[in-house]
Amino acid sequence: MADQFVSRGFVGRRQAPQGDEASRTPPGQYLTRDFPVLSAGPTPRVDLSMFSFTIDGLVRQPMSWSWDELQALPSREWTVDISCVTKWTKLDTRWTGVSVDTLLEQVELDPAARFVVAHSYGGYTTNLPLADVVNGQAFVAWGYDGQPLEPVHGGPARLVVPHLYFWKSAKWVRGLRLLADDEPGFWESLGYHNRGDPWREERYSGD
Amino acid sequence: MTRIVLDDPLMLDGNAVAGELQEMMGIDVTTFLARCAHCGNRGELGSLRAWTHGPGVVLRCIVCSEVVIRWVRRPDGARLDLRGAAFLQPG
Amino acid sequence: MVEPLRWQIGTVTAIRPQTDRVASFTLSLPDWRPHRAGQHYDVRLTAPDGYQVQRSYSIASEPDRTGEVELGIERIADGEVSPYFHDVLVEGDRVELRGPIGGYFVWEPGMGGGPLLLVGGGSGVVPLMAMLRTRRAAADHKPAALLYSSRQIEDVIYREELEELASQPGAPTIVHTLTRQQPAGWSGFARRIDEPMLASVLGHLGGTAAGSSAYVCGPTLLVENAAAVLTNLGLPPAQVRTERFGPTT
Repeated sequence: MADQFVSRGFVGRRQAPQGDEASRTPPGQYLTRDFPVLSAGPTPRVDLSMFSFTIDGLVRQPMSWSWDELQALPSREWTVDISCVTKWTKLDTRWTGVSVDTLLEQVELDPAARFVVAHSYGGYTTNLPLADVVNGQAFVAWGYDGQPLEPVHGGPARLVVPHLYFWKSAKWVRGLRLLADDEPGFWESLGYHNRGDPWREERYSGD
Repeated sequence: MTRIVLDDPLMLDGNAVAGELQEMMGIDVTTFLARCAHCGNRGELGSLRAWTHGPGVVLRCIVCSEVVIRWVRRPDGARLDLRGAAFLQPG
Repeated sequence: MVEPLRWQIGTVTAIRPQTDRVASFTLSLPDWRPHRAGQHYDVRLTAPDGYQVQRSYSIASEPDRTGEVELGIERIADGEVSPYFHDVLVEGDRVELRGPIGGYFVWEPGMGGGPLLLVGGGSGVVPLMAMLRTRRAAADHKPAALLYSSRQIEDVIYREELEELASQPGAPTIVHTLTRQQPAGWSGFARRIDEPMLASVLGHLGGTAAGSSAYVCGPTLLVENAAAVLTNLGLPPAQVRTERFGPTT
């Protein structure tokens, strides 16, 4: 292997993990105190009066919530660590929203439902196992750090699934579709992992 | 066709990924005209709006904003999706 | 015969501050090849643990400076690469780079035939400077104008060189707009680039909109707005070439 040239005096803007931070940083990741904005397209402008969040697919009866109806659901705060497949990890991010369990309680799941596709305003999609969005592992968030979630970070609402790489946490989420078979989403269809566990470095399909 | 104005300050264009494209394709393709499969507008790849901060790169039509070309760099190579281009015309 | 794009190690031979935030970096290249005005080089920094970051910087120099290129780099406060260039790099240091890159945002003497309009904001003037230097070296005297937006006079890059250029025969018209602060006695434009301003500059250039070519470079929002205005004013979309530099600092 050819020797890679190293730039004298270059370290980058990464943070060195302090104390227990190292054990909270998944393999191959570095810490950041920023909140990098990553996107596949223009930030959608979502009119709250037209906003709708829907759960459909393999459910007994599809269900939709307007913005006000979503806000009226029992909500809480979460403080979680998040990891992006582009290698940054941010610890202790604070979110406000409703658990996906609360939303799924309102629809009756077909026993055949094993996978979820989250789809968003602007056309983004991402797929995950149903088992990864239940039992307190996922939520729909509209608040970040005590403020309304900014559009660049996915506002008005985004899915947050902190135990998986953050491309699974679909920004501008408008619904979850329950499926029997996995259906690769926007990045998965080009070779990213169908599940995406940062602790197993499941970045690409075949990892 | 009227181009829409997008106010996303993060947005770059095909020029910003010209090196990466040349690395993958072997030649400079920024002068290639792409016909958008969605709206039919034709524009050089260098002129398309690009979102480069993410798991992959996305080039979108300047008229309708649909994806024209997108790609992912995996350790075993790149994967390019050209379905958003009805055709490419070398420039 | 197309040469594949390869990373090479260049050596910094000169660093010249231009303004508070912008400096010119001259690098000598072992594998130099002639570039065209408007092209750029990709630069790659590697930390000892293998962490890498890459950015593109426009070439300011004209093509006949063999063996070396001059890049114009603005220091972005929370950036990762530009602070390294401004704060760490010294003459004699080595940098990994590849290029020249980009065939779309390119101007060469003889292209088009009609009036040439260059529109730049902030460090977006760097590739446009390469175009003006190339034009001067080729003794191209066809009508040309540069509309250059800066926040204040102290932020104008290549200021003396532009004044000198403007004083020569066959000179391009140089129009500045200073958007935040103007020196006492300033009689030029004092606002963001807009349709009346572009129409006025085009008017001075003469010729028809349909026969004119434009190159727009700078912060993304400036480019978006100026390109839309130019197509509204009648320049064919294929004759309005754009290079977006991302957010304003």
